[in-house]
Amino acid sequence: MSTSSLSSFLPRPAPSVLPGWGLTMGLTLTWLSLIILIPLAGVFIKSAGLGWDAFWTLATDPRTVAALKLSFGTALIAAGVNVVFGFLAAWVLVRYDFPGKRLFDAAIDLPFALPTAVAGLAFTALYAPNGWLGSWLVPLGLKVAYTPLGIVVALIFIGLPFVVRSVQPVLADFDKELEEASATLGATRLQTVAKIILPAILPSLLTGFALAFARGVGEYGSIIFIAGNIPYVSEIAPLLIVIRLEEFNYAGATAIAAIMLVISFALLLLINVLQAWNHRRTGISG
Amino acid sequence: MTFPDLTRRAALLLGGLAVLLGTAFEVHARTNIVNVSYDPTREFYREYNAAFAAHWKKETGETVTFEQSHGGSGKQARAVIDGLQADVLTLALAGDIDEVAHSGLLPKDWQTRLPDNSSPYTSTIVLLVRKGNPKAIKDWSDLAKPGIQVITPNPKTSGGARWNYLAAYAYALENNGNDDAKAREFVGQIYKNVPVLDTGARGSTTTFVQRGIGDVFISWENEAFLAQKEFPGQFEIVVPSISILAEPPVTVVDKNADRKGTRKVAEAYLDYLYSPEGQRLAAKHYYRPRHPEHAAKEDAERFVNVKLFTIDDTFGGWVKAQPEHFGDGGVFDQIYAPGR
Repeated sequence: MSTSSLSSFLPRPAPSVLPGWGLTMGLTLTWLSLIILIPLAGVFIKSAGLGWDAFWTLATDPRTVAALKLSFGTALIAAGVNVVFGFLAAWVLVRYDFPGKRLFDAAIDLPFALPTAVAGLAFTALYAPNGWLGSWLVPLGLKVAYTPLGIVVALIFIGLPFVVRSVQPVLADFDKELEEASATLGATRLQTVAKIILPAILPSLLTGFALAFARGVGEYGSIIFIAGNIPYVSEIAPLLIVIRLEEFNYAGATAIAAIMLVISFALLLLINVLQAWNHRRTGISG
Repeated sequence: MTFPDLTRRAALLLGGLAVLLGTAFEVHARTNIVNVSYDPTREFYREYNAAFAAHWKKETGETVTFEQSHGGSGKQARAVIDGLQADVLTLALAGDIDEVAHSGLLPKDWQTRLPDNSSPYTSTIVLLVRKGNPKAIKDWSDLAKPGIQVITPNPKTSGGARWNYLAAYAYALENNGNDDAKAREFVGQIYKNVPVLDTGARGSTTTFVQRGIGDVFISWENEAFLAQKEFPGQFEIVVPSISILAEPPVTVVDKNADRKGTRKVAEAYLDYLYSPEGQRLAAKHYYRPRHPEHAAKEDAERFVNVKLFTIDDTFGGWVKAQPEHFGDGGVFDQIYAPGR
C-alpha cells in the first residue's frame, strides 16, 4: 500500500486503471485543504506570532503542563474504559436477540446527537452532592462532580458510540464458522475469544479507541460544567485556551491549541503504526 | 455559447438582481439597532427597547427595530472585534470596550463621551447566602475563614466576576492600611475557599442555587435580586461593609454606526438611558440608577447605602487593573501558583 501511494506522487500519470483518479483526487485535496488543512495551518501561523521563547515558556508552564496532563490523561482513561464496555455493548447487540434491541441500538448514538453542554449539566445534576447518585456516593467518600473523575465520566459518555460503532460491523461480519472450527479443534471458550475473536476485531477496537480518545481531548462543552475548573486540579487544556482568548491573547490561545494538535497527532500516528504492525503480523486489516 | 460567455451573463444577471433587491430594501428602510450586551441585561433591554421605540416613533415618526445579542462580556467584545455589526455596546466593564477601541472601531476616549463614565446605571457586589445565614456571614472577612465554601466565577473568563475580585481586594486594602501584599493574601484565601470555579456568572448561579454547593455566592447586586425573585425565601442578601461601584458602560460603535447610517438613532438610544424613563426601567430591573429620583419608590428602597470604591480611585482604572490583576501571570494567576 505504501509503495503504490508513494509512486502516485511521481510525475507519471495516474497509475490506477480505474477512471476518474485525477478528478476525485483533486476534489478530495481541495476539500481537505478547505475544511482541515487551512484552518489548522491558521492555528500554527497565529501561534507563530508568539515567538519561540514565549511559546516555549508557555508550553513548559506548570499550569499548561498540568492542564495538558489532565486533558490527555482523562481522555486516555475514558477511551480505555470505552474499549471494554463498548466491546461488550457491541457483542450484546450483534450476538443476541432480545426485546427492545432496536431501541437499545438507537440509544447508543444519543451521545452523538445530544449537545454536550446538556450532557454535562445532566451528569453534574446527577453526581452533585444533592443529586440522585451524588447523595449516595458522596457520603461514601466518592466525589464525582467537580473532580477529575467527573471529567472521565463525561468523556466515557461522549466516547462510547465511537467504539461501539467501530466494532459492531466487524463483529457482525465475523465468520461464525471460525469459532465453530476453533471449538471442534478442542479450544476452550476463553481460548476462542482470546485467539480467534479478539485478534479479528482488534483493529476496529483500536480505531474506536483512537476516535473516542481524539474526541475526548478536545471536549469542552460538557466538561466545564462537571469539572469544577480549579487550576492545577480540574482545569482542562481547552479551558486554558478560552482563558487566553478572554485576555485577548490570540497567539497564546492558538499556541496551546498547536501543542494539543501536535500531541494528538503523535498519538494518533502511534495508533496507526500499531494498526499497521498488527496488520503485518496477522493479516487482518482494520 | 462558450464558458466565459456564460459566466459573464450570469454575473450580469446577478448584478441586476442585487440592484433590484437593494432598491427594494431601500424603500422599506427602517433603522435597525444591533445592541451587543452581556448576559444579565436581557430582561432590562427587552423592556427598554420597547420604551425607546415608542419614544422615537413619537419624536420623529420613524420606526426603529432592535437586535439584541447577549453573552459573556469578553466574548461579546471579541465578536464585535471579529466583525459582529454592533451599533451600540452595553457591556459589563470598560476594559472589554477598551479592547474594541484598540481595534479602531471607536475612539480611545469613548468613555468620556457620555455622563458618569458612560455608565447610565451601576450595580455593586453583594454576598448571597442561604436562608437564615447558617454560617453567619456578615462581611468579606468571613469569606476568607477556613471551612467556608465560596462560589464565584473565574475572573479570567467572566468579565463580571472581575468586579467580585476587585471588591474583595478593595476591602482588604481598606482594612490593611493599603498593604498590597496583605490584600493579595486575603483575596488568595478567599479563592482557596472556592470549590468550583465556573466560567460565567450564570454557571456559578446554577452551582450555588441548583446544585447546593457553597455557603456564600459573590454576586452582582442585580443578579442577587434576580435570584431572590426566582427562588423566593431560599436566599438572603448580605451587603458587605465595603464594596465596589460596578460600572457597566455603554457606547456607540462609531465605525459600524457611520457605515450603516445609524449614528443618530444609536446616540439617541443611549442618551435615553439617562432620561427619567430609562432610569426608572434600570431601577426596575435591579440596576442602581444614576438619578435615583426617577426610580419608582419601591425600587429605590431596595438599594442599601454602602461605602463604594471606584475602579478609577482604588485601582487606577481598567487600563491598569486589567493587566496587573487579570493578565497572564497577573495577581490572580499568582493566587493559584503551586506551593502557595
